[in-house]
Amino acid sequence: MPVWMLLSVFFALTALTIITVWQASFHFGDWDVALVMGIATVKAALVMLFFMHLAYDKPFNVIIFLASFVFVALFVILTINDVRQNAPTFEPVYDEPPAVESGS
Amino acid sequence: MASTEALLETHDSHGHDHDHDHPPFLAHHFDTPEQQFDSGKLGMWLFLVTEILFFSGLFCAYAIYRWLRPEVFIGCSEFLNTKLGAINTGVLLFSSLTMAWAVRCAQTEEYKKLTGMLAATLSCAMVFLGVKAVEYSHKIDLGLLPPAFYSYNPHAPHHEGLSPYLVYMATPFAIGLVGLILWFLVSKAKGNQFAVDVAKPMIVVFLFFFVGIGLGRVLESGDSHDDHAAVVHAHDEAEAHADRMTGHGVDNPVTRQGTTGDAGLLQRLAADDANTGIRNDMQARERQGIVAGTGVVPRGAEIATPIDGVPVELNTRSQAGVFFGIYYCMTGLHAIHIIAGIMVLTWLLVRSVRRDFNRQYFGPVDNVGLYWHIVDLIWIYVFPLMYLIR
Repeated sequence: MPVWMLLSVFFALTALTIITVWQASFHFGDWDVALVMGIATVKAALVMLFFMHLAYDKPFNVIIFLASFVFVALFVILTINDVRQNAPTFEPVYDEPPAVESGS
Repeated sequence: MASTEALLETHDSHGHDHDHDHPPFLAHHFDTPEQQFDSGKLGMWLFLVTEILFFSGLFCAYAIYRWLRPEVFIGCSEFLNTKLGAINTGVLLFSSLTMAWAVRCAQTEEYKKLTGMLAATLSCAMVFLGVKAVEYSHKIDLGLLPPAFYSYNPHAPHHEGLSPYLVYMATPFAIGLVGLILWFLVSKAKGNQFAVDVAKPMIVVFLFFFVGIGLGRVLESGDSHDDHAAVVHAHDEAEAHADRMTGHGVDNPVTRQGTTGDAGLLQRLAADDANTGIRNDMQARERQGIVAGTGVVPRGAEIATPIDGVPVELNTRSQAGVFFGIYYCMTGLHAIHIIAGIMVLTWLLVRSVRRDFNRQYFGPVDNVGLYWHIVDLIWIYVFPLMYLIR
């Protein structure tokens, strides 16, 4: 892996970090999370492809690694679905602020 | 690894160099260096898969709580210093660069440069921990802790001077630094060149922890004042997001009128298609209103009851406390991974000073590099999810 490639990947990652921090000062409504996660995923892809040499690695290793994300997606989606369906039965618990409790 | 090495070392000293015999770095049970490298790498990838699944539990917890109470996350995220988070992101990205470069140096057999790159990676890890220590100690001072210990008082948010918790966190590193300097001096006196070559970069690495603390303190002091002032005086501001820390603000008789009037205006603004941000805000308020049940007065209605403390205050154990619980678990587990990374990188540094690696045998550098990049990868997701919520 040539040095110029490492350096350009690093500068791309830094630029994306600056974009993420910069865009945080705007409101995009529902797209906020999607946008932030999109940028993070592009950064993650850059790290995986070049720093982790996944672009040049054995396909088997790539499959194993990507499979983990499939399982993470299954895990999170199923759990969130479960919470969505059960959320109406959750009883909200409200407690007093600690500052009031201590009276200070 | 160490034991096989010792075996190989003894083997080598017997002096086999026939055609079928293995070089010192090749374990008995592998036919070729390539096979050894590929097996090691496959094992490493499997380990990284378990790491990702391990962290996914925390991301899942985050997703559930954020989905249930988005306003708690928005309110509490104000307490996280974006500057410190951004600096740490940059530091970790740079350490990833030096790590990838170190792998390259191991392949091209540039030993001096390899040691330098590993030391740079370690230094970045130390800066990261130093900044993190400043961040944690500041939050502990404020009482922004997991539910059981949560004790944030918005009326006295400041704790001047050096935090005792920062001193506790820095002590192990200070002891390590002193120990390394002593080791360096002793081995210099004894003329042990190898130990000197190892101790020198390690002293620099440990010094960088204190550079990190300095950096963190400079950034923290520049930012924290405005930050907390904004949250404490949230009631005074007429902006839509200002009353985050107190939910609707209906619990506060002073701002009650202002907030309800504000809501009417917001409703009009939210009717505009372009104002998705405000609309989102309104939706969050509505949802919170539903969750809070009887506590919420319909917008625009006159409030007759003098009852204060309608339970929408976010500054409580079961709300802000839970957020900080998730925060400490995610960043803390990540910090533990950084510490583990420092340990294995130190091992690599010693081996690189010993010149163990060559173009056929750089598996350990490559595999530790993969681990280090995964730690970076997790931070790439943690940073926007924790620090950049609005």
